[in-house]
Amino acid sequence: MELNDLINHTSEWLKGTGPNSEIIISSRIRLARNLAKHPFSHRAKKPGQEEVLRSVEAGLADCHALKAALFLKLADLDEVDKQFLIERHLMSRDHALGDDHKGLAISDREIISVMINEEDHLRMQALQSGFNLRQAWQILDALDDELAAKVEYAFSNEWGYLTACPTNTGTGLRASVMAHLPALVMTKQINKVLQAIAKLGLTARGFYGEGTEAVGNFFQISNQVALGHSEDELIENLERIIRQVIEHEQNARDAMSRQDRMRLSDRIGRAFGTLQSAYIISSNETVDLLSSVRLGVDMDIVKDIDRSAVNELFILIQPAHLQKLEGKKLSSAERDVKRATLIRSKLIGNSHP
Amino acid sequence: MTCDVCKQGQATVHLTEIVDDQMTELHLCEECASQKGAQMESHFGLADLLAGLADFGKQLETEEVAGQKCANCALTFEDFRKVGRLGCSECYTTFHRSLATLLKRIHGSTHHLGKSPMKTATRTPKVKSELVELKRKLQEAIDVEEFETAARLRDQIRELEQNKHRKA
Repeated sequence: MELNDLINHTSEWLKGTGPNSEIIISSRIRLARNLAKHPFSHRAKKPGQEEVLRSVEAGLADCHALKAALFLKLADLDEVDKQFLIERHLMSRDHALGDDHKGLAISDREIISVMINEEDHLRMQALQSGFNLRQAWQILDALDDELAAKVEYAFSNEWGYLTACPTNTGTGLRASVMAHLPALVMTKQINKVLQAIAKLGLTARGFYGEGTEAVGNFFQISNQVALGHSEDELIENLERIIRQVIEHEQNARDAMSRQDRMRLSDRIGRAFGTLQSAYIISSNETVDLLSSVRLGVDMDIVKDIDRSAVNELFILIQPAHLQKLEGKKLSSAERDVKRATLIRSKLIGNSHP
Repeated sequence: MTCDVCKQGQATVHLTEIVDDQMTELHLCEECASQKGAQMESHFGLADLLAGLADFGKQLETEEVAGQKCANCALTFEDFRKVGRLGCSECYTTFHRSLATLLKRIHGSTHHLGKSPMKTATRTPKVKSELVELKRKLQEAIDVEEFETAARLRDQIRELEQNKHRKA
């Protein structure tokens, strides 16, 4: 597998399947791990970073789940490649900054990705479609066990896995879901829900994680505490709260459908119409409109279009993806034209709602 | 019931906080509660927490560690305060006491209960379970005000912890 092959496949987490996939797009587990004694990435000199990269890569290459994996060195990638990987949620924005001995491993179907020499020596994640944290945890737990036999992790019996930032110390675990909550936004209940989430010790962030804004009514909700509870407890706690968020969103959708279906259909229909008719469109406008279309698909107002096709569009219309599809660099204005063309080709032929 | 903070208003808000089995109750009037509420909210969110780390660090540093350096990576507590990141796994031993306070504030706990990279046989090391048991007995002794027993248990715990550190 090569980097450029990724674009021809839909990532597993965009399949639009799995439990509650009408509201929960995807579930993610990430673990932060470091090697004992080696200075953490931000404090390591180049030879030290190189040594970590080499020993971690060697350990990972031997792991069952990464047998067919793609191993990349960030130093070999150009800006578009890096942006492309961020857009696919395979690595963080931070990982793209400075390329000294940073690595990335991506498993078959993009279920697992491992960043090497990010804030911690290892940041590994497993992504699943729908509300499926358990499955993601099982996958990552197994990889973690396998790797623990090959490298010596920084670990203390008292405090667990030792990480660069004390907010991750303990399990090093962050569990998160990407929730699509348009009805809570439309009915202006979202702030209440987000405040409640914060009070329960969880955080809500935008589409691309930490420090990003919520576009297209997508919210990434995750645990904040990593120490003092087992991995299962942390995941269970998140699950319990997410189940309530799902219920609130579902209730809001039902209420809108009962009381104001005409207005809702109008909004969704106009969004669909604009996407089918535009010749120039920005990514922010696209994401907002796609959010409405996605709601239309979930509520059976838009027919004849597949949920995974809408999901895939959210990623394909991003700047680096457009440039990969075109095979060359595009200016912002050129991208807006290319984006509109791509959307028309994917949506025309589908009947108006 | 009167308010615990201003000792004047009628307490209408009752907060119960449980940290590591220790329960504290706070009875507040509406005015004090809204102030306390504002304080609590300002501590939510990871960004806030990280921004707040600097302050924690400052407060902690005056308690000990001024000038202390990690023998493995040469990080000082001052460095940590600036960047909010530790230098290596050994920093956790060097700055043990300050970090214990910090971890407690961030996570509400200082005991790892998750998985371990060791083989299953060593998953709950004997020293750790013995310590946990002793600490539980100590708390019991304090609760029933048996201070002689408590003092004896405290010394045992201290000895065990020192042994552990020497080994580590």
